[in-house]
Amino acid sequence: MWDLISNPWPWYVAGPLIGLVVPLLLLVGRKRFGVSTSLQHICAATVPRGLAYFNYDWRREGTWNLVFVLGVLLGGLVAATAFASPNGVINISDATREDLGALGLTDLSGLLPREIFSWAGLLTFPGLVMIVGGSFLVGFGARYAGGCTSGHAITGLADLQLGSLVAVIGFFVGGLVSTHFILPLLL
Amino acid sequence: MSAEPAGKHSFVYLAIGVAFGVVLTKSEVISWFRIQEMFRFQSFHMYGIIGSAVVTAALSLQIIKAFRIRSIDGEHIGIPTKVVGRPGPSHLLGGTLFGLGWALVGTCPGPMYALIGNGVTVMIVGLAGALAGAWTYGLLQPRLPH
Repeated sequence: MWDLISNPWPWYVAGPLIGLVVPLLLLVGRKRFGVSTSLQHICAATVPRGLAYFNYDWRREGTWNLVFVLGVLLGGLVAATAFASPNGVINISDATREDLGALGLTDLSGLLPREIFSWAGLLTFPGLVMIVGGSFLVGFGARYAGGCTSGHAITGLADLQLGSLVAVIGFFVGGLVSTHFILPLLL
Repeated sequence: MSAEPAGKHSFVYLAIGVAFGVVLTKSEVISWFRIQEMFRFQSFHMYGIIGSAVVTAALSLQIIKAFRIRSIDGEHIGIPTKVVGRPGPSHLLGGTLFGLGWALVGTCPGPMYALIGNGVTVMIVGLAGALAGAWTYGLLQPRLPH
């Protein structure tokens, strides 16, 4: 039984559990599942600078969302400590291993490539572009599109929103360009 | 959407967040390698997760609508359809910029929080970058096509 919890969870367990977040948040307080809104709330709470986009009552609109994302962070901590996988290796396909090896990544043993996603990696050009540049685009793009994977790919598609479908198509257009054209230049 | 006072049911939202963070970690959605595998179409894993999440959420929404289920405070759950709005340049352009970043940093916003919890402390810099991106959007919003 413990092995079932501590080993990586298969998609058919994880996917439905993630999907259930949508009705749960509605049942508790009529909240719409979305993570990137938290970025807007944090900006509104700290440096609104008179911008219209941040001019709203973030305590009233956003407290639930900020508490929720704090929970996500704590959930990561709980999973990493209480139910840590016996070996930390991510069981990606051999084809992906070969592709990433061909790009020059040598250490495929952790959650992410440590040569890039570490404090030492941050000081390299690829690390800076991938961590800071990539995150900047994630934050900018998610707020421009009005949602990220949770708001558009899960909630929006489940609610049959055409705008969300267009956004998800955009996610893949951008992701494919970065994967196949930008990463080979960087790595 | 937010007719209730700030802070109401906070413990429940925290608990749902913790559960979500655990699932993101245990299903390896937070791994940069899994996102690369997805964008290279080399495994069903991520597609299975997102697909079954959408199906579960869609069925749940239909059940809520069909049985007019109310929230735990007895309020009517009107599922807001105007939130997303008609498809426009913001969805395509914003979505594409998001995707460009997603494949580079290998995490979307939810997993970014979970990664910090997993001890990947350099993702604090990632979170700061995402906040800078969101702030810049707030600055440029009046001038961008929507």
